[in-house]
Amino acid sequence: MTNRKVLGYRRENGRVGIRNHVVILPVDDISNAACEAVANNIKGTLALPHAYGRLQFGEDLDLFFRTMIGTGSNPNVAAVVVIGIEQGWTQRIVDGIAKTGKPVKGFSIEGNGDIRTIASASYQAKEYVQWASELQRVECDLSELYISVKCGESDTTTGLASCPTVGNVIDKHCAAGGTASFGETSELTGAEHIVAAKAANEAVRKQFMAVFEDYTKLVFDQKVDDLSESQPTKGNIAGGLTTIEEKALGNVEKLGKKTKFVGCLTPASAPSEKGLWFMDTSSAAAEAVTLWAASGAVVHLFPTGQGNVIGNPIEPVIKLSGNPKTVTTMHEHIDVDVSPILQGEMTIDQAGDALLDMIVRTANGRLTAAEALGHREFVMTKLYRSA
Amino acid sequence: MIHFLVHDPADNVGVAVVDIPAGTDCVGRNLENNQTLKARTVEAIPLGHKLALKDLSVGDTATKYGCEIGKIVQAVKAGCHVHTQNLKTKRWA
Repeated sequence: MTNRKVLGYRRENGRVGIRNHVVILPVDDISNAACEAVANNIKGTLALPHAYGRLQFGEDLDLFFRTMIGTGSNPNVAAVVVIGIEQGWTQRIVDGIAKTGKPVKGFSIEGNGDIRTIASASYQAKEYVQWASELQRVECDLSELYISVKCGESDTTTGLASCPTVGNVIDKHCAAGGTASFGETSELTGAEHIVAAKAANEAVRKQFMAVFEDYTKLVFDQKVDDLSESQPTKGNIAGGLTTIEEKALGNVEKLGKKTKFVGCLTPASAPSEKGLWFMDTSSAAAEAVTLWAASGAVVHLFPTGQGNVIGNPIEPVIKLSGNPKTVTTMHEHIDVDVSPILQGEMTIDQAGDALLDMIVRTANGRLTAAEALGHREFVMTKLYRSA
Repeated sequence: MIHFLVHDPADNVGVAVVDIPAGTDCVGRNLENNQTLKARTVEAIPLGHKLALKDLSVGDTATKYGCEIGKIVQAVKAGCHVHTQNLKTKRWA
């Protein structure tokens, strides 16, 4: 495991990516049109339209900048064109991404109009995409990949098969010196004691419990209901999950049996050292995976029971399922079938090895089901309303 | 064929891993100690859904993974379907 190799892109800052995107990044909602026009002009580039970036303030604005800068800084991204309505925030994002050493340039629309901006940005995007197309994959250690994990449309097979499979990979990856992150704060309810016991030390345990309790307070402050309309979801319930406690206990199987987590991350923040990290995220799949991509994760492991179809434009999402019906009825979405675990025909360890093989193949260039199907959900997390 | 799995010896519910009709004599396996288990379904249990391994009364705690997953709000006989009609969260109340 320690010596397992993949073919990746080693970026200017030494980090390893497994995709080679040239991103056209809008600073704000009103620059989406220009970004999409550039991506239409220059083939092989990737626009990331989103809904925010105007009049945000405080912690919410900090998260916005972390998400924008982090997305551009992700090692799966070769170069970035940033387009914003005005120059100030555009340059702030350009400067943040430039710290990685990768090519990045900003364009602002005010004083130029869409058409001139699109023209200038398109010339730059063409240079970047041709430059990026000549970058070669090089041999890297599998342990150099930062992996994120989160499940969706879970059912009871998730806790029996697909989540323990991910846990097996987490144990192997972190033992080999790799970096990984889990989150889904709301979906730890009922299993928070198990997560707390996996903290590497008392300071990390306290930090985790503070984040968890802060979230619980939000639920009580809102007091609209007990969340049981949303957690478990209707899909979870159809799959046999009855309560949030039951869902959470299956969810935390993803953390593995041996690995302790070394720290807690605010949303979209990058780990500062190797090992397993908790990130405070929503449990909504697209929001959470977008936060991990912004924190620098290059591949995501996504166990599903009933068949969540999510993908992400920056990090490939590998889906696995242990539900024998889902792997048949929704086979085009599933990269790894671990349903033989239910009849004892496959061990968790064998399933973990099969998933590791799929990580290596994905890193080497195989498109995931979500990539082939065009799933590019880019969803920013917003903490509260704008000014 | 295995009809149901149980996560932990302390559990009072199991999970159907195939669609089980009512009145089936079932074979189960405990994932912790590999023990073979027997049960007879009273109701149909769809794949992924839970069956009671013993009679459960109102106020009892349902246990899965060796941990509590909620409280029984309507009595359940062994071999019956355990779900939203008789099991509720203990959280967020």
